[in-house]
Amino acid sequence: MNYQPSDYLPIIVQLGAALAFIVLTMVATHWLGPKRHSSKKDDVFECGIESIGDARTPISVKYFLVAILFVLFDVEIVFMYPWAVNFKELAWDGFVEMVVFMSFLLLGFIYVIKKGVLKWEK
Amino acid sequence: MEITSTLFAAKAIYIGLIFAITLGVAAYSTYGERIVAAWMQDRVGPDRAGPFGIFQPLADAVKMFMKEDFIPANSSKWLFIAWPCLSMLTALLTSAVVPFGDKLDLGGGIEMDLQGIDVNIGILWVFGIVSLGVYGILVGGWASNNKYSLLGAIRAASQNISYELAMGLSIIAILMMTGSLSTKVIVETQQNGAGFLSWNIWSQPIGFVIFIVCAFAECNRTPFDLPECETELIGGYHTEYSSMKLGFYLFSEYINMFVSGAVMATLYFGGYDYPFNEVVEAQFGQNIAALVGVGALMGKALFFVFVFMWVRWTLPRFRYDQLMNLGWTGLIPISMFNVVWTGLSILIPTTFNLPAWASIVVSWSGIGVLLIGLIIYHGATSKKKTVALAH
Repeated sequence: MNYQPSDYLPIIVQLGAALAFIVLTMVATHWLGPKRHSSKKDDVFECGIESIGDARTPISVKYFLVAILFVLFDVEIVFMYPWAVNFKELAWDGFVEMVVFMSFLLLGFIYVIKKGVLKWEK
Repeated sequence: MEITSTLFAAKAIYIGLIFAITLGVAAYSTYGERIVAAWMQDRVGPDRAGPFGIFQPLADAVKMFMKEDFIPANSSKWLFIAWPCLSMLTALLTSAVVPFGDKLDLGGGIEMDLQGIDVNIGILWVFGIVSLGVYGILVGGWASNNKYSLLGAIRAASQNISYELAMGLSIIAILMMTGSLSTKVIVETQQNGAGFLSWNIWSQPIGFVIFIVCAFAECNRTPFDLPECETELIGGYHTEYSSMKLGFYLFSEYINMFVSGAVMATLYFGGYDYPFNEVVEAQFGQNIAALVGVGALMGKALFFVFVFMWVRWTLPRFRYDQLMNLGWTGLIPISMFNVVWTGLSILIPTTFNLPAWASIVVSWSGIGVLLIGLIIYHGATSKKKTVALAH
């Protein structure tokens, strides 16, 4: 099987169809529904009480930690994809190398967990 | 394969059909979900719009279109409008690489794969597009400038990215067995051999369980539907959305369910393969056999959609720390173990010249090893906990 850049051509049709559907729907829904405004109604919802302040406030740093760890581990996993595709040719040599790589990854992982990234109560 | 203008036109028709089918299936999944819910809770369910209520999705769609399109005064207006659209766009583009059937003979020596695009990155396309979908929810929730939406959006983002890791690792085991990223090749390697006995599920039981759990989390379905946890967050990331913008979020969830069902069928259940397809091909010709294959894949995908609904009415929702613990300390180490064990199950039979079934024996023994490891680990940690409690 030899792959060529022109293999991607049909995606244009799908992208076009999806965009057309979305744009048409959006235009239709903006145009069809009623529009009634008042200063109270245009406020964001907050359990029926008057909304106070802004939602653009600092949030728990735990979420950012999770995001950074995701980026780290995802890059490591992407390294494994080419290895996995060529696994049968690499045989035992590749297997041993990947076990070493993965044990380093696992060590880092254990360090992160022990450090208390997932302790949400603190 | 060279793309001629005839082939391109045929592909365009095919893609249009798949597009319509995806939308139709997603619309009728909403009806199906209510029927399944009613059936499981011993109720009647929707039965007013048309016979057996089959026009219910149409009525819902009309209602959604006629609703007021509300935009909060202090939201970021353009992001608020654009990001539900992104959610929908990513949901609609993932199905492109899923092979819905084998080659169709169009006459005149033209053969067309029943697959949007057969590219060498294959399954990575699904991953790339699905991870873009996170932005749809994250920015959409942030743009509404509502505290509940913000919380829901952040939860959704961190949940999706956490489960993406284990999902990526469970795919690696499949790639090791197949040696290609192309979804077409993945299906074809499952076709050689004895009917459904050569499907990947037999050699990847652990990988499949990890994948289906991650698929639930990626689609934000129960038991992982914390982003829209009503008891804590009102509507979660779509609290402020109304009309078809809300419709896009809900609709993209159903499309994702269908597509992930199709991807699971492709990766683990032989895709468009079905028992005795050689017999059908010899008896009725290539085109009929291919179309039956399309039916087989649809059946498998719809079965997974049913499983999604079944689980929704069976399991309660996780707590947030339980969810993150399961993703990080449960699924990621297990999927790493699965990668190593799959490597062994491929290499041991080839090194010692064992028959092909030996690799299946090795991979199932992996479950035993995993269970023993978990029991030892649990014993060690629970002893530590009792010691800590005693002090």
